[in-house]
Amino acid sequence: MTLSPSRLLLWLTVLLLGGPVLAGLIGVVAGAMGHVPGLQSVKPASEVWGAVWNWPGIGRSVAISFWTGLLAALISLVSATVIMAGWSGTRSFARFRLWLAPFLAVPHAAAAFGIAFLIAPSGWIARALSPWLTGWDRPPDLLILGDPLGLAMVLGLVVKELPFLLLMMIAALPQAKAAPSMAAVSALGYGRARGWLLAVFPAVYRQIRLPVYVVLAYSMSAVDAALILGPTTPPPLAIVILRWAADPDLSLRALASAGALVQLGLVLVALLLWRLAEIAAAQLGRSLAESGQRGGERGVEIAGAMLAAAAGKFLMVGLAILALWSVAGAWSFPAFFPETLTDRIWASHGVALLETSTTTLLLALAVVALALALALGSLEAKPSRRLLTALIYLPLIVPQVTFLPGLQAAFLKLGLGSGALPVGLMHLVFVLPYLLLVLADPFNALDLRYRTVASGLGLSPARQFLRLRLPLLLTPIAGAVAVGMAVSIGQYLPTLLAGGGRLPTLTTEALALAAGGDRRVIGAYGLAQAMAALAPFALALALPRIVWRNRRGMLHG
Amino acid sequence: MAEPLILKALTISAGAVPVVSVSLTVAPGEITTLMGPSGSGKSSILAAITGTLPDGLSAAGEILLGTQNLATLPAWTRRIGILFQDDLLFPHLSVGGNLALGLAPGGTRAERRGRVERALAEVGLEGFTARDPATLSGGQKARVALMRVLLSKPRALLLDEPFGSLDAELRSQIRTLVFDHARTRGLPTLLVTHDPQDAEAAGGPVIRLR
Repeated sequence: MTLSPSRLLLWLTVLLLGGPVLAGLIGVVAGAMGHVPGLQSVKPASEVWGAVWNWPGIGRSVAISFWTGLLAALISLVSATVIMAGWSGTRSFARFRLWLAPFLAVPHAAAAFGIAFLIAPSGWIARALSPWLTGWDRPPDLLILGDPLGLAMVLGLVVKELPFLLLMMIAALPQAKAAPSMAAVSALGYGRARGWLLAVFPAVYRQIRLPVYVVLAYSMSAVDAALILGPTTPPPLAIVILRWAADPDLSLRALASAGALVQLGLVLVALLLWRLAEIAAAQLGRSLAESGQRGGERGVEIAGAMLAAAAGKFLMVGLAILALWSVAGAWSFPAFFPETLTDRIWASHGVALLETSTTTLLLALAVVALALALALGSLEAKPSRRLLTALIYLPLIVPQVTFLPGLQAAFLKLGLGSGALPVGLMHLVFVLPYLLLVLADPFNALDLRYRTVASGLGLSPARQFLRLRLPLLLTPIAGAVAVGMAVSIGQYLPTLLAGGGRLPTLTTEALALAAGGDRRVIGAYGLAQAMAALAPFALALALPRIVWRNRRGMLHG
Repeated sequence: MAEPLILKALTISAGAVPVVSVSLTVAPGEITTLMGPSGSGKSSILAAITGTLPDGLSAAGEILLGTQNLATLPAWTRRIGILFQDDLLFPHLSVGGNLALGLAPGGTRAERRGRVERALAEVGLEGFTARDPATLSGGQKARVALMRVLLSKPRALLLDEPFGSLDAELRSQIRTLVFDHARTRGLPTLLVTHDPQDAEAAGGPVIRLR
């Protein structure tokens, strides 16, 4: 069999996605046994692990990661389910759906900053209620941000994971045969919410199981939200690992590797627990369905609408307050608006912001261009469902913090060091799966008879791809590019570890500012980060409408 | 110049299980009808001829145009035109763009444009070149689809229930149009249908599959 270009791209995709995860995990195992590139002597493994377990607060770090991850995933899933059960299939839901993708695009860091500015003791919510309700004329001495239980961090995670799960659920509806199932159960006298939960949810869940695992693994190991909203004494495990991995003292790299293995084990245990809970929940659902009870819908419907409204408002108000802080002059507590406005921040940081934005966007463009070629080529090669699923979900379920330290070591060994190339390669590992995820369904939904007709007209496979499949898929491709750009722009850990501080992006700069706590500068960087991620979405939405303004079949097909 | 389409013991199998087997000869300008219940393999026979059998199905036997065996050629070099029940006009191209896509390369831009416009005029669609196919009526779409396949100068024509989506009056009108064009161009034509009236109008041999 000859190797066609599309087969070649598929193999390259396997290599570029599987390679880094594998190399990273190998590097982590080697590191945990004391082998650190650049370090002269090999530390005995016992010494490495001893140092890890004796690290101050390590037990609590592990516990916090475990607890916040499970809680965030559970709240995200339950909220998404309630919203779908109470609301999907209605006209207002169709409008709501349009808002989801942009919400998904807002980087975790910008969202977390927005939430921080809202819920902090001196945040917008406290200001709105003070002093008339609370009696506070100074910010209260409450530990809301970085609370020891990590609840603020959980909120930050949920606001971002909820739109992801909702989009995945909506995408699963057709295959779950939601519409006919709903028609059938409503004929049996079930209302919308109960009917959806009993008849549609099980089929939907079967399809979104892997995305749910992605959310769980991500929530347990998230770095950005933890840095901004998470507890600090001690921080979650992922932050501890990050400190070790980024420390100039190379001997701590071995600890980072060992910590990464702990994190991996933690995620595996959580996935196992989750799987057991799935079985228990299914049992409960079956007995509920067999009880034959009807009614009790109103509560779920109201809860769904309120949850959706709250999650949406949180992000929008969060972005608004980032903008407001970036132009605030004097702003004392409990004034709701700044006393004076100034362009001081934008004037003094404008040039730096522009440079950083350019770097961020150029990097994202380069990564997405490569990822798009690989994704389309791979799909042309018609990979098996199993391979495609592995390619999409492997890099997303294995937590970044568990293999990036090892990959960093592997890059050092290969002499790649740090800079744009290793950063781009690391971004690709996380951008490419999302492109495959967005493009796979539209690609496979193309009518196969188009191929037959085109072959009959004498069009070669290459011309069929360029003249037919590429333009026919313009809308999903534009969407996939926007998603890919947003993913790349939001990457913190890979940019930090492989950039070696020489490739500042909006995300690394914004998170570097987090410790300083200057709200005005944070506001400017957070807003710039969010806008950089949102702009491609606006273009992706507009492009098909302009290109296909005279092609009705392409706009409502 | 026109050559017959010959199937010699063409056998379609799903894995090792044979699904359908057929031998037939369609003379130039003749319309042979394949009839049979759903699942009898009619569409698979057409897919074997065009070279687009789905994964899991395989074909053995010979598919000849005159003396040339098509079975080993890539699909896009076989030059077998096909019409389906749906018009399958490419929604991102204008009517003229759809027709031009199938035109053999060569000729100046003006010549190619002229050929497209003459083809449209031939089926009563003068001035439709720039139209969005989504704005056409069912009958108009069917005529554009016919001219698109004819402009690509096929060596044989396959019809996969091509009139199924049209209402009764339009159906006989389009049927006459398609059959007339196939006959005057001397195309060996293989028709798959459920409708006995189609077979009758085709006027050629009828082969029933079980």
